[in-house]
Amino acid sequence: MNVYKEEKIMKTLLWGSALFTVFILIAILSFLIIKGAGALSIDFLTKIPTDSGEKGGIFPAILGTLYLVTIAVLTAAPLGIGGAIYLVEFQREGIITKIIRFGADTLNGVPSIIFGLFGFAFLVYYLKLGVCILSGGLTLGFMILPTVLRTSEEALRAVPRGDKEGSYALGATKLQTIRNIVLPQSFSGIITGIILGIGRAAGETAPIIFTAAILNPVLPKSVFDPTMTLPTHLYNLVSEATPDKLLNAYGTALVLVMIILITTYSALLLRRYFTRNIRR
Amino acid sequence: MNREKLVERILLICALSAIFVIFLIIMFLFKEGLPILKKEGLSFIFGRFWEPSKNIFGALPFIIGSLSVTFLALLIAVPLGLFCAIFLSEIAPGWAESLLRPVIELLAGIPSIVYGMFGLIIIVRAIKVSIGLPTGESVLAGGIVLALMILPIIISISEDSINAVPRAYKEGSLALGATHWQTIRNVIIPSASSGILASVILSMGRAIGETMAVVLVLGNVEMIPRSIFNPAEALTSVILLEMGETPVGGTHYQALFAIGILLFVIVMLLNTASILIRRRMR
Repeated sequence: MNVYKEEKIMKTLLWGSALFTVFILIAILSFLIIKGAGALSIDFLTKIPTDSGEKGGIFPAILGTLYLVTIAVLTAAPLGIGGAIYLVEFQREGIITKIIRFGADTLNGVPSIIFGLFGFAFLVYYLKLGVCILSGGLTLGFMILPTVLRTSEEALRAVPRGDKEGSYALGATKLQTIRNIVLPQSFSGIITGIILGIGRAAGETAPIIFTAAILNPVLPKSVFDPTMTLPTHLYNLVSEATPDKLLNAYGTALVLVMIILITTYSALLLRRYFTRNIRR
Repeated sequence: MNREKLVERILLICALSAIFVIFLIIMFLFKEGLPILKKEGLSFIFGRFWEPSKNIFGALPFIIGSLSVTFLALLIAVPLGLFCAIFLSEIAPGWAESLLRPVIELLAGIPSIVYGMFGLIIIVRAIKVSIGLPTGESVLAGGIVLALMILPIIISISEDSINAVPRAYKEGSLALGATHWQTIRNVIIPSASSGILASVILSMGRAIGETMAVVLVLGNVEMIPRSIFNPAEALTSVILLEMGETPVGGTHYQALFAIGILLFVIVMLLNTASILIRRRMR
């Protein structure tokens, strides 16, 4: 084949595959918006579901997802940020940091259904917490721990060496330097990691289906109660699809995706803003 | 000085928490699942029939189900993802890059249950109508949905490794009179091949471990699929579908944890291989 013809064909193919990827996103989003926008209303967001999800809204599910994500962040943020500070400030690069990082990467790769099995066997059954918000939130917290740990580590490493040395030279102790120099400068990077974790935790179904979720539209009174959640409610609506349930399923999916895309996108914008400011 | 030591201890505990969780996961999976694996031995892995009511537990249909969906997904997503990565790092003008990057990030953010719903309502129906199957729920539908899901991982890791190819290699090839595509094919892709391989292996692990997208489109029939137009059931689906209806501690419960062990071991091997390849690259 003619070299120039080949060049042209391949470039067209490269452009084509990029366009196709954009098309996939547009297809999924427009599918959700076209089918789901009709279900959205104030009532849909603030009422409890009736007739096993065929009528009514999704208020308990929104609330449940909010509770679960809050507990997940309260679990993952202290452990992840603390671990990252240890890796960057207290430990020289070596075997220990390698092991910790390998552990985080391994945990990151564990399939979500395995977290579900583990949460059920350990938290629900062995620790006798029962199927409740606490069990589900902890399970999600373990799942997003690696995300928080690795993004915080990156943010802490980006703090210029000179700033830390300046602080030490003025006689500050290590803890003072961490509190007054390192943490304020890496704050937005750490927040980015937490928001990315929130986006992931809010959309996961498999880890909470045995550990926290119920179908009854009952508002939980404490963290020891089970709850409805957006993803599990969506799963139930879709798997028993009647026309009314499907309409509400589209609405639920649209709300879930909007929550996740807004949190994820704000994290990405924050990260871009933050890296630009560091380089300056 | 004492206070600093105390803080250091606490932070060390935080840092070790991820490893601690991994150990707990392994401990509880094996505590519940190992007895039946020991008892049934290889017949658990190679058994062709899964009938919990008769105490027959053979996981082969699910292993084949998971593997066939995964390979089909790779077959679709690897060429597409690799081309997107080449596009991003080699030929995209600024505006196209700043359009495509957020698209990939948003695709990675869409939750798997939504991919599953999209698959069930659009892809399954399209397969049913266009091929004329009695039901569109099939290995083919699962492969397409999984391909969409793993596309962002393949693109971002392959792109990293393409960007890591030294500039001089590319310039040398162009200076010798090669065209841009010849340079991509003969210089850039071979030099980036280990990173591309790492992305393929990692996304294979993700695909095998994926639950919600697959369970809605595969049809969930406990039989070995004969072709990509047959329904199937994945390892993850069995756990999700049967966990709710089984008494804690019984044989069926243990068998589901044993499936969890199989899944965990497969995914961990793939992830570790991917991490090692990427580490060697650096």
